[in-house]
Amino acid sequence: MEINQLTAHELIDKLKGKQTTASSVLDALYSRIQKVEPGVKAYVRVEGAKKSVLKPQPDSLLKGLPITIKDNICTEGINTECCSKILQGFRPPYDAAVIKKLKNAGAEIFPLKANMDEFAFGSSTENSHFGPTHNPWDLACVPGGSSGGSAASVAADEAIWALGSDTGGSIRQPASFCGVVGLKPTYGRVSRYGLIAFASSLDQIGPITKDVRDCALLSQVIFGYDPNDSTSVDQEVPDFSKSLTNDIRGLKVGIPGEYFVEGMDPEVKTIIEEAINKLNSLGAVSAKVSLPHTEYAVPVYYIIATAEASSNLARFDGVQYGWRARSDNLIEMYKKTRGEGFGDEAKRRIILGTFALSHGYYDAYYLRALKVRTLIKQDFDAAFKHFDCIITPTSPTPAFKIGEKTQDPLKMYLSDIYTISVNLAGIPAISMPCGFTKKGLPVGLQIMARPFDEAMLFRVAHTFEQNTDWHKSKPKL
Amino acid sequence: MAIDKETVKYVAHLARIELQPDELEKLSSQLHDILGFIDKLSTLDTGAVNPSSHILAISNVLREDKTGDSLSPDKALENAPAKKGNFFSVPKILE
Repeated sequence: MEINQLTAHELIDKLKGKQTTASSVLDALYSRIQKVEPGVKAYVRVEGAKKSVLKPQPDSLLKGLPITIKDNICTEGINTECCSKILQGFRPPYDAAVIKKLKNAGAEIFPLKANMDEFAFGSSTENSHFGPTHNPWDLACVPGGSSGGSAASVAADEAIWALGSDTGGSIRQPASFCGVVGLKPTYGRVSRYGLIAFASSLDQIGPITKDVRDCALLSQVIFGYDPNDSTSVDQEVPDFSKSLTNDIRGLKVGIPGEYFVEGMDPEVKTIIEEAINKLNSLGAVSAKVSLPHTEYAVPVYYIIATAEASSNLARFDGVQYGWRARSDNLIEMYKKTRGEGFGDEAKRRIILGTFALSHGYYDAYYLRALKVRTLIKQDFDAAFKHFDCIITPTSPTPAFKIGEKTQDPLKMYLSDIYTISVNLAGIPAISMPCGFTKKGLPVGLQIMARPFDEAMLFRVAHTFEQNTDWHKSKPKL
Repeated sequence: MAIDKETVKYVAHLARIELQPDELEKLSSQLHDILGFIDKLSTLDTGAVNPSSHILAISNVLREDKTGDSLSPDKALENAPAKKGNFFSVPKILE
């Protein structure tokens, strides 16, 4: 096995035992990138980018380990453009809270940033100003989105591990499409300071990794209270290594009937059912549960998320950073800058959100959506009274073809149908590989838990992983 | 609820986005479809439900009113498309 194929925890052992060096790890990544990047395109601004020189990092747990960062998380001195023309050339003058934590733990911030849908608006990474990323398992397919570059880079061994962000499934759905592990932490677990905001009541940063142990390890580093994010929660972070037990005997697993309906790919259905059988054979006790407001999640989301986005993205006006259109009149300058700087999906969402918040429509759309959000949250509260976790597919289908859904935004929105409720309810959820279709595309299993019970996710996911081999498969590139 | 071209044009103005005629055409029909789908929400009785503006039980977060570190003017202006001295520079807004 090549060095770049190893997991982070394997590399930590090798670095500690002096069987490899930090510079060999970087070299292995760069030579892999040179080989597969023309096909995968997981990274942006590759041309002209300088190879990183190892910087002195504190002698700590992650010393010498590079990590790939999504293009919407601020990295001091490294361009962070949200894959949008409007942030062209933006070089943050500060590090996001998660980047500071990683640096303090000794990690090397990989200087190439991962591709994404512009401002995280999308489910396929096709909305990137830099063009789409391709799925390492089938280059004609999308990697999912919006953290498609992060997931594809990890799946293609162009990264050891990565950070993404998840507002409606943007970590879990690409993890599912690319056959890797992705976690959306509980709302408030990870500081959003330095994450360029999409929808502030839904956004969370989270890990994308090759196995569950790495996911737990990276969570341990980035979780925790931060006074710079007033929505981050001051709650103790447990030692997640204790959750990697290989024991789920007696755990109560809920299977929501509302997630197994028409529109679901029959192969995905079979693979998920086999995974549930596997969990039962390992001692879990599964039973049906109802989440009756599931069908309202997508419409609620596309009101709340776009409303919040429309106000968050008001800051991109050509004044303080990024791209500015020339005009002698201030209002004209704003309009031209935003008209030329934002891509189609960004415009669509900003206008939809502005509409939902505008006079005369606020009660019918925004306020109503907030009320239905309460109902969705209550569904989960009721379910978790009886169950330790809930199991669903991460996505109704495996990766779809590039171009297949770009002409029909509504069709694209519906690909997030299984991941959106989790963000609306603020709960944590993980996606992990649980099988392959006949065409060789990965399928993801989603596990949801109570707020702040990521330990439960790691316990169930790790146990499943210890008893299956799906995570060991690699795409042929 | 339907959305027509005039409404989209007006909302785009509120959002300070200049739309090209073909964009306006396409967006109007797409937003019409999306809002048609979202109208599903009106079938629910939400009369007795409280809106959740925040998903966790969180109250006002306060801190001591003390000054801390902040970016220097030079650093804060590093990314400015145009600047004059210690200020961001924009087109004239007063005659």
